[in-house]
Amino acid sequence: MRFSGLRVLKEGLTGNRGWRPHWRDPAPKSDYDIVIIGGGGHGLSTAYYLAKEHGLANVAVLEKGYIGGGNVGRNTTIVRANYNLPGNSEFYSHSLKLWEGLEQDLNYNVMMSQRGVLNLCHSDGQRDAFARRANAMINQGDDAELLDREGVRRLVPYLDFDNVRFPIYGGLLHRRGGTARHDAVAWGYARGADSRGVDIIQNCEVTGIDIENGQVRGVQTSRGAIRAKKVALVVAGRSSQVAAMAGMRLPIESHILQAFVTEGLKPVIDNVVTFGMGHFYISQSDKGGLVFGGDLDFYASYAARGNLPMAEHVMEAAMTLMPMIGKARVLRSWGGIMDMSPDGSPIIDRTDVAGLYLNCGWCYGGFKAVPGAGHCLAHLIAQDRPHPAAEKLRLDRFRTGHGLMDEEGTGAQHNLH
Amino acid sequence: MRIPCPICGNRDSREFDYMGHALTLDRPAPDAGLGAWDDYLHNRENPAGPTRDLWFHGLGCGAWLVVSRDTVTHEVFGAELARDVTGGRA
Repeated sequence: MRFSGLRVLKEGLTGNRGWRPHWRDPAPKSDYDIVIIGGGGHGLSTAYYLAKEHGLANVAVLEKGYIGGGNVGRNTTIVRANYNLPGNSEFYSHSLKLWEGLEQDLNYNVMMSQRGVLNLCHSDGQRDAFARRANAMINQGDDAELLDREGVRRLVPYLDFDNVRFPIYGGLLHRRGGTARHDAVAWGYARGADSRGVDIIQNCEVTGIDIENGQVRGVQTSRGAIRAKKVALVVAGRSSQVAAMAGMRLPIESHILQAFVTEGLKPVIDNVVTFGMGHFYISQSDKGGLVFGGDLDFYASYAARGNLPMAEHVMEAAMTLMPMIGKARVLRSWGGIMDMSPDGSPIIDRTDVAGLYLNCGWCYGGFKAVPGAGHCLAHLIAQDRPHPAAEKLRLDRFRTGHGLMDEEGTGAQHNLH
Repeated sequence: MRIPCPICGNRDSREFDYMGHALTLDRPAPDAGLGAWDDYLHNRENPAGPTRDLWFHGLGCGAWLVVSRDTVTHEVFGAELARDVTGGRA
C-alpha cells in the first residue's frame, strides 16, 4: 500500500474504506536467520535495513509489549548532529543524512521538520567552547553557525536576554537539526520492514537466550522457543536484564529522564532551543504543545516516571529562560528509562558470544540515532564487520581506555553524564 | 523520595547526592588485575527491583549511606551508615 497525495484524496472521498493494517500480526516461526530483541525505534530500523540493504528478510523482531511503546514513544523527538568528538561526530552525521531521506525512503510521513537546533551560551568560555564545537561539526561536513546576541534575538526574541545569572551571549545554530514525529518513525520502519518480509511479533517477551559452546542458538520466549543463527539485543533501558540472560554484565546503569508537555498553543516557538546551563530544552510540537525537558533525576530507576524535585527544577529553568512560559499549563509528564554508559556515548558491537550483537548505551540521545543505529547494526549483523560510521562505538573501550567518547569532559565513570 | 538517614532522620532526597551502586564499597586489591578493575569501575548488575546504592548526605550530616530501595517503585526500605557496612575498611 503506497501513500500518496492522490491516495489520501481518493480515500477521503470514498469514506476511508480502503486503508489496511500497515503490518501483519504473524505467529512466531520456530526458526529465523536473525532475531532482534526489542521492537523500538532501533530494533525496527535494524530489521528494515537488514531487509532493504542486505536482502536478509528471514528476520523476527520480538517485542514484549507493543511496538513503539518504549523509549521511541517516550522522548522529546529531537534530531541533530552537533557532536564534538570522533566516533560520535561521524555516527550522528550519518544518522542525520538518513533522516533527511527517510520519508522518501519509507514512503511514510514522519513529519521530519528541520527547524533548527539553537544552543544558548552565557559566558565567554561557553562561547569559545561552542566555536570549537561548531568547527568540529563543520569539519564533519555538517552545518553550524555561531550567532551573536543580536542574532539570537532576531531568531528567538521571547527569551530573557538580561537574566542576571545567565545573560544570553549568543548561540550555536544547527539549521539541519529539528524534530520528527516519534510514533510515525516506529510505524514507518515497522511497515517498511514488514512489507519486505520481516515478522514483527508483539506481546512476545524473551525469557532466555540459548548459547551452546559460545555460539548463540536462539531465544526462549513467552510464545515458545525460537531458533536463530544471530541475535541482536536492542532493548535500551532493559539492556542489563536481557544481557544477563547471556551471562553478561554491561557497563550500563538505567536512569530516569523526565519530559513535559503543555496544552496545545498557537505557534510560538519555531526552533528547538537548549539552555544547557539550566539543563533545559524546549520545542513546540506540530500539535501545539510545548515539549520540554531537563536533566536526569540522577539515581538508578526503572520507574518510567520521575520525582518532583527535577520537575520543579525544570519549571524553574523554563521560567528563567522564557518568563512567558508561565502562562502555559502543563498537560502531562513522563519518564524514559535511559541506558546510561560510563562515558555518555553508545555501544554498537559484537559480544563474546558468537552471533550475539549488542546495541545499547544511548543515554538520553537514542531518538536521533534511530536511522543510524539501525543502519549500522544491520551492517554489523549482515557483514560481521562494523559500519565505518559506527566502528568507534565499541564495547571494550571502557576496559582498554582507548577511544572513550566523553563529550562532557567529566570522566568515563557512571553517574557523571 | 525520602531517605531515612540514621543520623538526621527521614530527609528529602534533595539533600543527598546519589553515588552509584553500593558495590563500589568492595574495592578490588590494587593488584587484582585489569579484569577485576574493569568490572568494578564499569560493569553493573543494574537491577530492576531491590537494590542497594550509595547516597551522600551533602546538605545534611555529610555521612555516606547505603540505601536499600526499589528501582521500579522508588520505595525506600532503609538506610545504614556506609562505615557500618564496611566495618571501617575503605
